Amino acid sequence: MAKSIDVSDLNIYYGDFLAVEGVNMTITARSVTALIGPSGCGKSTFLRTLNRMHEVIPGARVEGKVLVDGQSLYDSAVDPVEVRRMVGMVFQRPNPFPTMSIYENVLAGLRLNNKKLSKSDADAVVEKALRGANLWNEVKDRLTKPGMGLSGGQQQRLCIARAIAVEPQILLMDEPCSALDPISTSAIEDLIHELKEQYTIVIVTHNMQQAARVSEDTAFFNLAGAGKPGRLVEMNPTKKIFSVPDEEATEAYISGRFG
Amino acid sequence: MSTVTTGTGSPKRRLGDLVFANLTRAAGLTILIALAGVGIFLTVEGIPAFGAGPDDLKGHSNLLTYVAPLVFGTLLAAVIALLIAVPLALGVALSISHYAPRRIAAGVGYLVDLLAAVPSVVYGLWGIAVLGPKLVPVYKWLASHFDWIPFFAGPASNTGRTIFTASIVLALMVLPIVTAITREIFAQTPRLNEEAALALGATRWEMIRLAVLPYGRSGIVSAAMLGLGRALGETMAVAMVLSASGVVTWNLISATNPSTIAANIALTFADATGTARNALIASGLVLFLITFVVNFSARAIVSRYEPGSK
Amino acid sequence: MTDLAPAPTERAARSIKNPRLPQYAPLIALVVAVAASALLGLTLGWGVIPIGIVAAIFYLIGLTTWSRIIENARAATDRLVTSLVWVSLTIALIPLVSLLWKVIDEGKGALNGKFLTYSMRNVIGEPGGIYHAIMGTLLITLAAAVISVPIGLLAAVYLVEYGAHSQLARWIRFLVDVMTGIPSIVAGLFAYALFSLIVGPGTQFGIGGGVALSILMIPIVVRSSEEMLKLVPADLREASYALGVPKWKTILKVVIPTAMAGIITGVTLAIARVIGETAPLLIICGATDSVNLNLFHGQMASLPVFIYGSYTQPGSNPEILKQMAWGAALILILIVMALNILARVLGKLFSPKTGH
Repeated sequence: MAKSIDVSDLNIYYGDFLAVEGVNMTITARSVTALIGPSGCGKSTFLRTLNRMHEVIPGARVEGKVLVDGQSLYDSAVDPVEVRRMVGMVFQRPNPFPTMSIYENVLAGLRLNNKKLSKSDADAVVEKALRGANLWNEVKDRLTKPGMGLSGGQQQRLCIARAIAVEPQILLMDEPCSALDPISTSAIEDLIHELKEQYTIVIVTHNMQQAARVSEDTAFFNLAGAGKPGRLVEMNPTKKIFSVPDEEATEAYISGRFG
Repeated sequence: MSTVTTGTGSPKRRLGDLVFANLTRAAGLTILIALAGVGIFLTVEGIPAFGAGPDDLKGHSNLLTYVAPLVFGTLLAAVIALLIAVPLALGVALSISHYAPRRIAAGVGYLVDLLAAVPSVVYGLWGIAVLGPKLVPVYKWLASHFDWIPFFAGPASNTGRTIFTASIVLALMVLPIVTAITREIFAQTPRLNEEAALALGATRWEMIRLAVLPYGRSGIVSAAMLGLGRALGETMAVAMVLSASGVVTWNLISATNPSTIAANIALTFADATGTARNALIASGLVLFLITFVVNFSARAIVSRYEPGSK
Repeated sequence: MTDLAPAPTERAARSIKNPRLPQYAPLIALVVAVAASALLGLTLGWGVIPIGIVAAIFYLIGLTTWSRIIENARAATDRLVTSLVWVSLTIALIPLVSLLWKVIDEGKGALNGKFLTYSMRNVIGEPGGIYHAIMGTLLITLAAAVISVPIGLLAAVYLVEYGAHSQLARWIRFLVDVMTGIPSIVAGLFAYALFSLIVGPGTQFGIGGGVALSILMIPIVVRSSEEMLKLVPADLREASYALGVPKWKTILKVVIPTAMAGIITGVTLAIARVIGETAPLLIICGATDSVNLNLFHGQMASLPVFIYGSYTQPGSNPEILKQMAWGAALILILIVMALNILARVLGKLFSPKTGH
């Protein structure tokens, strides 16, 4: 079942450089949490620490705790591979595997663990995931065609289908609509509304209206100053953030006076 | 002929531009002429060999039966070299592109370049003086335990100067080019695809299998073919290491070995006279054609996937 | 969504904790593998190489099995591949180390003043020198460079500035790539066939070697110069055109000087590549024991051919000549390395100027 996330005193470093400082945050299960803030404030970096994808960047490391339903992600016994199965991720730009068909793209994650997936099981998983990503009706007749042949918005939904096919608990989205046109964006936002029934969703977005439309809670990140680390300024229900935020900096950012 | 019409910045065509443009084009055409010249002159000087008799062909009755065993040896040595070099090169390329920390990767890349900088004649020295003798016990062991496999039928060579040793030296010599091309392609794998795989819970190897290898498939094929081209034409290392008698055999570890076209030319050219030299040139033409086809195909595969060239 | 087929994995049952090997597990496995192999090898009296091979096999099997038992099949595969990658790197570098060590070890004894300043003329029963071979190599390579650099550079200018996307330029570009794969011995035969027809049958002289080496060198010069010319920013050309400078002057006065450092680096690397070539010189230059400084007449010695000849046909004093071959090999490697380092230094020194 979908899980909640507790972050306490999280510091993120690139080598010796402290990129994000002292984040404390609780993310509710089965809801959408938006991370907003100016470029370079560390929100994407923070997002990546929730499934240990920051480890892909040489020299990146964290201090502090991230608990998913009480399990710490950074215990020595924890396998990052398992973390990423539990916490799925959708990226800024659609990234289907170029050499694979739509069908194989959806199954890519599942095939890693289930070498002998039966044809009927595989068909069922593909249909379920594509339906879950609101893509089934558009692609059901061309499942064997390359995933790269789809439009940008369809590719992004294919990536979401690929992510939910492994049945994660949590879905991280790193500006999933920034490379898409308004119609595709709206399709993805509708999808996010449906997905939160099943998944805990954390979404990074530069688009304030999007944060207001899709999320229950919003966290505002900002830089403490030029060359200083990013930090979490305020986290509150989205309604509150966009009407009466606690912090002046938040209001300044949202009303466009800054950033 | 098409005239040069790329933007010149000045509307009027000046004499200087005309001269210089044609000069550079002449240089380009010279290269094509030189390439054609290689084929033409080898053909002209090779033709007399068709009338050659056993005296000029080391006892073979005609040119075909003279060249055929050499082609066999050339292909055999090159294919074995490739079987050794390609897996090794993929490992080295991956270690540089995906496994080693950046600083070590740069050093490793430099060492592999160093491997390419060693002249072939020095590889030959090393093959005779170091590698061959070291392999003698291995060949003896293979001959006594695996003589039922035709490749290891023995009797094992006492000097280690076998076609297998020659192939290992060849493998080392083609390793740098295969490594250089594959590592370049591996490093170009879109980061987005790598992250997609990792975010699905792939291990590093699974990520490579899902994102890196499919992306680099055509590059690996063409790198292997370019390596094959090098191995087919490499001369001195084989000429020095191999104790060749020109037979056709699958036995890789004995003292009687097939020769290769290139090695045969290098070994016998100085003492050959008249039509015998023409025969060697004719065999060189065969080698040129084989390597041309291999390189042509390899480059065709590469250029098909290069951005901007359609 | 539960009405569809049951998912192959139970969703809530997964734990993110897997039993894992300690971080230093590969190191432990390596130490144990080497120790076990050494123990076995010493009792059975093996040499260093069999011990090394068996240690590598022990390591691969040991670490994979360990991971398979403690971790899981996927982790074990991952560790196996990681180990294979490192093992293949080791295998690839051992010959390099062995080769360099052998050349230095055998060659250093031959080096002395006489070695570098005497030829082999009338030398019998004592070590001579390789002056004639060094001079031959330098002259032949110089000839090759004199032929290759203008043709290669002009062709590169054509490809970048004039031909661009024309059919002819595409063919030249493609065939230049194909030409990089021409076997060196074929280049030698070409030069031999060419001069047999022009000068006379069986002609062997230094300039023929220059021609043969340029067949190998031109493609390298073209490709590296082309890359360098492409790096010159377009606004530099446009700025020059805007001043009313004709295109050919722009190329000669702006484009080529801007790319000069890179071009010199490329040419240096090309020289390093052909200076060690043996096969073509064996065919077209022959060999001699005397100093011959005339490229256009008579057989000419060169370092690679000297090494080959001295080692494979040492005559009556094999020990002396073989040692000289190693010494010459050491000199040849030093020359090639020096050229490579020089190219790198030149590249580093001037690279910021290209504005890239």
